[in-house]
Amino acid sequence: MSAVDRREFLQLAGGVIVLLTAPPMFAQESGRRPGEGSIPQTLSAWLNIAEDGTITIYTGKVEVGQNARTSLTQAAADELHVPMDSVRLVMGDTDLVPWDMGTFGSRTTPAMAPQIRRAAATARDMLQDLAAEQWSIDRAAVVMGDGKAIHPPTNRSITFGALAKGQKLVQTIRHDESITPPEKWAVAGRSAPKVNAADFVTGKHRYASDVKRDGMLFGKVLRPPAFGATLAALDTTGVSGMAGAAVVRDGNFAGVVAVRPPLAATALGALKPQWKLIPQPSTSATIYDDLRKLTTNELGVRAEGAHFGSLLDGMTDSTYKLERTYTVAYIAHVPLEPRAAVAEWNNGKLTVWTGTQRPFAVRSELAEAFHVPEEKVRVIVPDTGSAYGGKHTGECAFEAARLAKASGRPVRLVWTREEELTWAYFRPAGVIDVRSGIDKEGKLLAWEFHNYNSGSAAIRTPYQAPNQHIEFHPCTSPLRQGSYRGLAATANHFAREAHMDELAAEAKIDPLEIRRRNLNDARLRAVLDAAAERFGWGMTKNGGIACGVEKGGYTATCAEVRIDGSGGVHVTRLVSAFECGAVVNPDQLKNQIEGALMMGIGGALFESVAFQQGRILTDRLSKYRVPRFSDMPRIEVVILDRKDIPSAGAGETPIVGVAPAIAGAIFAATGIRIRALPLVPRGLERANGEPARPGAGQS
Amino acid sequence: MAALELLINGTRFRIDVDPQQSLLSVLRDEFDLTGTKYGCGEAQCGACTVLIDGQPARSCVTTAGGAAGHAITTIEGIAPAGQLHPVQKAFLEIGAMQCGYCTPGMIVEGVALLRRRPEATEGEITEAMEGHVCRCGAYPRIVTALRLAEQFMKGKQG
Repeated sequence: MSAVDRREFLQLAGGVIVLLTAPPMFAQESGRRPGEGSIPQTLSAWLNIAEDGTITIYTGKVEVGQNARTSLTQAAADELHVPMDSVRLVMGDTDLVPWDMGTFGSRTTPAMAPQIRRAAATARDMLQDLAAEQWSIDRAAVVMGDGKAIHPPTNRSITFGALAKGQKLVQTIRHDESITPPEKWAVAGRSAPKVNAADFVTGKHRYASDVKRDGMLFGKVLRPPAFGATLAALDTTGVSGMAGAAVVRDGNFAGVVAVRPPLAATALGALKPQWKLIPQPSTSATIYDDLRKLTTNELGVRAEGAHFGSLLDGMTDSTYKLERTYTVAYIAHVPLEPRAAVAEWNNGKLTVWTGTQRPFAVRSELAEAFHVPEEKVRVIVPDTGSAYGGKHTGECAFEAARLAKASGRPVRLVWTREEELTWAYFRPAGVIDVRSGIDKEGKLLAWEFHNYNSGSAAIRTPYQAPNQHIEFHPCTSPLRQGSYRGLAATANHFAREAHMDELAAEAKIDPLEIRRRNLNDARLRAVLDAAAERFGWGMTKNGGIACGVEKGGYTATCAEVRIDGSGGVHVTRLVSAFECGAVVNPDQLKNQIEGALMMGIGGALFESVAFQQGRILTDRLSKYRVPRFSDMPRIEVVILDRKDIPSAGAGETPIVGVAPAIAGAIFAATGIRIRALPLVPRGLERANGEPARPGAGQS
Repeated sequence: MAALELLINGTRFRIDVDPQQSLLSVLRDEFDLTGTKYGCGEAQCGACTVLIDGQPARSCVTTAGGAAGHAITTIEGIAPAGQLHPVQKAFLEIGAMQCGYCTPGMIVEGVALLRRRPEATEGEITEAMEGHVCRCGAYPRIVTALRLAEQFMKGKQG
C-alpha cells in the first residue's frame, strides 16, 4: 500500500489502531535500498479494534494448510484476553497488510507470533489506559479479561468495543513491550481447532482457483514441448473464426482466453506453433553424474564453522573408515490445488488473487513486469490449497495478468496437473559424498561431507567430530528447482544418518548406541531417547532410527518395515519424537508432524521425477506416485513441550528423519543397504539381493 | 451446445452447454459450485468427487451429458439448510484436514461409503478412500473421522 493509501485506510478506520514504524527487524528483512524504507512508506497497521469491538489483525503471512491462521489468532487472543472467535486475521493482502518477506523457513511461529503479540499487548495497554481514564482510577486497578476492562472493587466493566468507540487513537508498537511468557499462556499452549474449518467441510471456502469476477474469461497458456524451446512461429488462423475466444501473443508467450473453459481448451488446441528446440542432454538416468560436472564453482561453499582439525590425522587414527555416496532424486511438491490466479485490471491497477507463499515478492515481480509502481498492484492470497515450499513464485499470476491486460477482462487461469508437474519447480536432486572414520568405540574422528546441488540446509553434523570438512557445491541444475518442505535438510539428513548406520554396522555397534556416543546436544538426545523408548527400540528386528536438528526443531524418527513376498516394502510403523520449544497448539502440531511423516514416506520410498530431452515424463498423477491411504503406517507422535524455550516452527523439520529411518529399517530387515532416494521405486526385487551401488541409485 | 437438464442438489436446471464438457467444469464454471475441486483431471485424486444417484463419481471424467437426468449431489448439497452431516461434524471434531482442498471430495466419498457400509472397518475405509489424495497427509485423521462419523450416525439412529 502506498503511503497515501495507508493514510486513507487509517483515516477510514476508527477505534484503536496499532502501528509499526520502520522496526529494525523488518527494515533489515525487507531488502530495500537505503532511503527507500522511509517511515511513511513502511507505516502499516497491524491491529485494529473497531468501534463495534471487532479485532482485526493484519499479517503478510499466508495460510497454506500449516494452520498459521489458527496459531496467530491464538497469539493475539492470548495477549488481548479475548476469545479466539473475536479475532479476525487478514492475511496476505498486499493492500492491507504490513510488508512481509513470505511464508517459508518455518518463520511464522518464531518471528510473526511474537510480533503479533507485541501489537496486541500494545493495544491491550492502550485499552487499559482508556478504562482507567474513563473511571478516573489508577491503571493498575484495571483488570483485562474476556474482551472487557474490569474494575473488580466496584464491579464495573466495559467492553473493548465500547472503549474504542469514538476514539481515533493510533499507537506505535512498543518493541520492548513485554509479552506473555509460555508458562502464562491462556489461549496458546492448548489445542485449538482450525479457525475457519467449517468453511472447508462445506466447500464454502474460496481458494484462488474458485474466485469469480464479473465478465471473467478463462485462460490457457501455450506450453513448449520441452524446456528451453522458443516460439519460432505461430499460426492462429484456427482461432480467428471462433466466437468468444481470442489469442494473446507477446513474444515467446502465447495463450488464449475464452468465455468458457472448454472453448479455451479448443482454442488452445487450434493453435499451430513452430518451436525451436535446444539440446537437453541431461536425463533422470544420468543426472547424478551430470551434477558433478555442472558445479558452478570449483571450490564450493564451506559450511560455516565446520572446517577444522585434520581429516588426514582423523582418518589415520580411525579403526573403521568408510567412503560412500548417496543420491537424492528431484521430486515434485504436488500441491493438490495447482497454481491458480484470477487477474483483473481496473484503471491501470492490477489486482490478482493467487496462491503464493510470497505475496509481496509476487507484487514486485508483477510491478516490474508491467512497468507500473508497486502501489498499482494488489496481490491477494486466499487460504491456499497447500504449497510445501512449492509456491514461492508468481508465474501463474503473471500469465493471468498478461491475458487479462490483453483481453481487457478479468481472467482466471488454473494450471492443469500436467502443467504443475512440468512447469513448476522441483526439490533439487543431489549427490552427497561422505568420508568418515571412527575409533573402535564408535567415536567419530573424521567427517568429510560434500553435497552437490541439493543445498546447504542442515548440512552440518550434530555429532561431535574433532576433524571436519563440510562443503556445499552449487550446480547448474538441468531442471528448474527451488524450495521444498525442509529443503536440503532431508537430503543431508538422509546421507548423514544413513552413513552413521553404516559406521555402526562396520563397528558392530547398535545404530541407537552409535548416535548416543557421538551426541552432546541434550535436546537432540532427549528426542532420540523418547523416540527409541516409544518405539521399543531393540524389540523389533525390522527397525531403523534417525535424528536431527533443523530450523530450531529437534526430531527423531523410528521406522518399522515389512517386506512382502514380491519385494514390496511397506512402512508399518513410524514413531516421531519432536521438540520445538513451547508448544503453541498441541493437536495442530501433531497434525503437522503426522502430515510431514506421510509426505516423507513418498520421497523416501518412491517419489522421483523422470525426465529426458527436456521433457518431464512423470507429468500426470497416474505417472507420479504420491502417498495414499494404503501407504499409511501406524503413526505415533511424542511431543516434548519445553515452556522454557521460545517456540520454533514445526511444519518442516519432522520430515527429515523419515527416509534414513526407513533405509535403516530396510537394512535391518534384509541386509540391503540402499543409498539412493527414493529407496525402492520399484520394490526390492530389482536389487536382486545385492546392495545398490553407491551413487547409482536403485536399479 | 445442447439444452441439458441437470438435477443438482435437488434443484432442476436447464442449461445450454456442450454435452461433452466435464461435469466438474459445468458445476464450477456454470453453476459456481466451487466446493468440487480440480486436482488431476484423470480420476486419480478424488478432489472432484460428487454423488450421482447416490454413487460417488469423479466429475472430472464424467461428461455433463452423461450426468443429465441423474441426481447430482455436490459438497454444497451434503449439508442442506446448514445442518452439517455427521461426516462433516466428525471431520471438524477430529481436525481431519490441513489445507482443506481435498476435504470436500473426502467427505462426499465418506458419506457414500457410510451409507453403503454403516459399520465400515478401518480396512474397508482405507480401501474405499484409496482413490483420494491428501497431499498434506491427513490420512490417519480422515480414517479416525470416518470411524467417529459411524458413531454419530449410529447414535442418531438409536
